[in-house]
Amino acid sequence: MANFNLNVNGENRQVDVDGSTPLLWVLRDHLNLVGTKYGCGIAQCGSCTVHVDGKVVRSCTTPVSTIGDSKVTTIEGLSEDGTHPVQVAWLEHDVPQCGYCQAGQIMSAVALINENKNPTDEQIANALQGNICRCGTYIRIKAAVKSAAKYS
Amino acid sequence: MTKNLISQNRRSFLKVSAAAGGGMIIGFQIIGCKTENKLPDFVGPALDMPESWNEMNAFVKIGENGVVTIMSPNPEIGQNVKTSMPMIIAEELDVDWNNVIVEQAGLDTDNFRRQLAGGSQSIRQGWKSLRETGAKARNMLLQAAAKEWDVPISELTTDAGVISHKSSGKNGGYGSFATAAASMEIPGEVTLKDPKDFKIIGKDTRNVDGLKIAMGKPLFGLDIQREGMLIAMIEHPPAFGMKVKNVDGSAAKAMPGIKDVVTINCEPEGFNKQWSDVNAFPELVVIVGETTWEVMQAKKALKVEWEETSSLESSNDHESILADLVSKPTAEPARKDGDPEKAFAGAETIVERTYNAPFLAHNTMEPMNFFANVTEGKAELVGPIQTPEFLRKSVASLLGLEEDQISIMMTRMGGGFGRRLYGHFAVEAAAISQKVGAPVKLVYTREDDMTQGTYRPAYKVTYKAGLDADGNMIAFHVRGAGTHGSPVFADRFPAGTVDHYLAENHAKDSNISTGAWRAPRSNFIATAEQSFLDEVAEVAGKDPIEFRLALFDRAIKNPVGERNDYDPKRYAGVLKLVKEKSGWGQEQSGIHRGVSAYYCHNSYVAQVLDVEMEDGLPKVKKVYCAVDCGIVVNPEGAKNQVEGGIVDGIGHAMYSALTFSNGTPDQNNFDRYRLIRHSEAPDEIEVFFVDNGIDPTGLGEPSLPPIGAALANALYKATGTRLYSQPFSTEEALLG
Ligand code: FES
Ligand code: FES
Repeated sequence: MANFNLNVNGENRQVDVDGSTPLLWVLRDHLNLVGTKYGCGIAQCGSCTVHVDGKVVRSCTTPVSTIGDSKVTTIEGLSEDGTHPVQVAWLEHDVPQCGYCQAGQIMSAVALINENKNPTDEQIANALQGNICRCGTYIRIKAAVKSAAKYS
Repeated sequence: MTKNLISQNRRSFLKVSAAAGGGMIIGFQIIGCKTENKLPDFVGPALDMPESWNEMNAFVKIGENGVVTIMSPNPEIGQNVKTSMPMIIAEELDVDWNNVIVEQAGLDTDNFRRQLAGGSQSIRQGWKSLRETGAKARNMLLQAAAKEWDVPISELTTDAGVISHKSSGKNGGYGSFATAAASMEIPGEVTLKDPKDFKIIGKDTRNVDGLKIAMGKPLFGLDIQREGMLIAMIEHPPAFGMKVKNVDGSAAKAMPGIKDVVTINCEPEGFNKQWSDVNAFPELVVIVGETTWEVMQAKKALKVEWEETSSLESSNDHESILADLVSKPTAEPARKDGDPEKAFAGAETIVERTYNAPFLAHNTMEPMNFFANVTEGKAELVGPIQTPEFLRKSVASLLGLEEDQISIMMTRMGGGFGRRLYGHFAVEAAAISQKVGAPVKLVYTREDDMTQGTYRPAYKVTYKAGLDADGNMIAFHVRGAGTHGSPVFADRFPAGTVDHYLAENHAKDSNISTGAWRAPRSNFIATAEQSFLDEVAEVAGKDPIEFRLALFDRAIKNPVGERNDYDPKRYAGVLKLVKEKSGWGQEQSGIHRGVSAYYCHNSYVAQVLDVEMEDGLPKVKKVYCAVDCGIVVNPEGAKNQVEGGIVDGIGHAMYSALTFSNGTPDQNNFDRYRLIRHSEAPDEIEVFFVDNGIDPTGLGEPSLPPIGAALANALYKATGTRLYSQPFSTEEALLG
C-alpha cells in the first residue's frame, strides 16, 4: 500500500492503495466516482474511458502509480450540471438505451471534439472504435458528436 | 397518505425505494438546481418540489403545486419503458409531461402487475391498465373539483393538468384538488381517450434518465455503495460438466483486503426451483473482501480442484450431433399440412439448404452483479434483474424466509437482452450475504460473465422447397435442431401459404446452460428462413418481394390450416411499405440490396439493406426499416430501439460466436469475442412506422431477427456467394 496524491476533476484527492490498482477501481471504490464503468478490464470495450492530461485513457489497465501529477478527468468532471457541449448533444439526440457504455463514449467524443470541432464520419468512427455499445446506439452517437460543436 | 420530501429537481430527485427495508437510498444524488440550469429547453424545465405528495393510486402522486410523480413499475433494461410506460399514464391523467417526475418502483406485487422485462411485452400488456390507472386518477381529481365547485362532473374538462368549468369560467390546477381527490372513491369504470386526442402518446419524448446517464450519475447495480458493504466474487468451474471438488483458499485469504473464502450452494436439498433459476454451477467458491481490485487479485490466488460430473462438450461435437439430427425425421411432426412427400415427388424443382449459427453470449455491457443484505428474518436485494418476482420466490426458498420478508429494488440495467431473466447471480448474492453475515455486492468479472452464461443455443435448420413449373412454391419442409430445443416455430410464415407443409423439431440435451437471448429462436430462424426464401425466389425467377407478397396473398385469400400465427395483411403491409420507401427495383451503381421480413413478439418488420464493397469488405450504407407495432407510444424511443436491434442483429450475424472446447468457452472477453463496433454499423437507418391505430405491441426485439437475412441477401448480391453459417465474417467470400 502507498499513498497517492491525485488530481481528479480539478481536486486533489488522496488514496492509500497498492500501486498496481487500476485507476478505474481507485475512482470507483475509493473516490466514489462511479460514472466511469467497468466492462472488460482489458482495454477492449471503452466503458472505463477517462482523460489523463486531456488524452483518452482506458482506466481499467492504467495502474494508479503511473498517474503522478497528471490531471485526471472523469465523466463527473465534464460539467457541474450536464451542460458540457457533448453532454448536451447527447441529450439532443437522446442517444442512450441502457446507458451503461455512454460515459465512456462521451469521454472519447469529448477528446475528439477538443481536437477537431467538425470530424468526418470516418474520424468519429476511428476515435470511438474502442467503445463498444451492445445496445447499438452508434448512429445516434455519430449524430451527437456532429452536433456537439454547435453547443460549444 | 401524504409524504413530505425534500426539495428536489425534476431530473434529479432523491430516489427512495418503495420497497420494504427501511428508507433505503441507493446513492442517487441530487443534481443541478433551478437557478443554475443552463440546459437547452428541450431538456425540460427544472421543477420546484411540492411540500407534500397526495397519492391517487400506487402509480400517481400529485403535489400541492401540481407536480406529478409517476411510478414506472417494470424493470428498465434499455428498452425505455421507464419513459414510455409513465407516458401512457400521463396521457390519460391529462397532465403536462414537463410537470412529471418518473420514479422506478421496486417489486410490489400488491400494487403492480407483471413487473418483468421480457418478450417485448411491457407496453403491450400494460397498455390498457396503465391507461385506466391514469384515467382513474383524473376522475378522482374531477370528483374533487365537482364537489368543491358544486357542479356536475360531466361539465368539467381537463387540459394539461388544469380542470375547467366552462359555463362558470372556473379553472383550477390538479395540485389544488390533489388532497381532496386522494380521498375520493376510486372509480370502477372510466372512459378512455379517443386515440386521436392523444397529446403525449405519439410524441417524441426523451429518456427520463438521459441527463443522469450523460452526467455519469450512479444508476446501475454495479454503482451501489453502502456502509459496511463487502465485495464478493465467484469462482465457477472452468468447464460446463464440472463441479467443485476441493478448495484451498488459504493463499487468497492471506491477501490484503480479503475477508473470507467460502463455498456456497444455491440449490440445496429442497430448493424450490423457479423457471428463472437456470444455472449450470449452483455450487461456487466465493471470495469476499473490501475492494473490487483486491478481490480480483485474490481470485487468481485461489487453488480449486474441480471434478467432472458429465461429459465435456465441444463445438465440433455439437456440429455433428445437430447435423445428424437435421438429417433424420422426427417421430411426430410439429405441423403437417397436405401431403408433403407426394408434393415434393411431383415438384419440378427442389431447393434444399442448411443454415447454422453458433452459441452467443449476452454480453450486456454491465456484467452480472447484485447487492444483498441478509439479516435476521429479512433480506434486502438491489440490482439489475428482469424477473424480480421469480427472484423473490427463489430467495425465499433458499433462505427459508416468507416472500414479504424480502425486498427487491430494480436498478437501471446496463443491458438485459434476456440474460437477467435468469437471476442466479442475485440468489448467489443472497447466499453469500447470509453466509458471511454482511451486506455484499457480488460482482462478476467480464470473464465470469461470458463463461457462465445462459447462452443463445447453437442451431441448425434444413429447409426444402418444392416449386412447380411456373415457379410457385407447392411444398415446404423445415427441420430444425438446437441445444435444449429447436429454433422452428411451426405455425409461423410460411405455414398457411403452402398446401403441402411439414415442420419438425429436434432438440439436443446439453450441460451447457442456455436461455432467452434477444428475440429467442427468432434471432436465428428469421435469418435462415428469409435467406432461404430469397434463394427460392431466385430459383423461381421471381423478385424476392413479389415472391413473398404472392405467398401472403395466398394466406389472405385462402389460408392453409387454422393455426397460422400471424396476420398476412399486416405482414404484407410492412413489405409493401419498405418496398415503396426504399425505391426497391431502382438500381444504384455499387449498391447491393437485400430484403427480409419477419413477425415476432406481436410486431411486423420488413427491411431493405444496402451494402457497398470497400476494399473487398462489406460496408452497410443504409437500412430502410418498416415496422408495424400498432400505436407508437414514443416515436423517438421506438426508433432508437429499432436502430439498436438492427445494429445488434448485423453485429451478431456478422461477427459474434461463442465456441466450446471440452466444456470450456473459447472466448472469455472482448479480445476474442467480437462485437460490432462504430465503423461496422450502418451509415444510416431510416425507420417507418405503419400508422393503423391498433393497440401497441412490443419493440425491444422485433427489428433484430430479420436483419441478418437482409444482410446475407445483400452480401450475396455483392459477392455472388450465399451465406449459410453465422458469423458471416468468417466466410471466405468476406475475408477481404
Ligand atoms: S473496462 Fe476498460 S476498456 Fe473495458
Ligand atoms: S447504451 Fe447500452 S451498451 Fe451502449
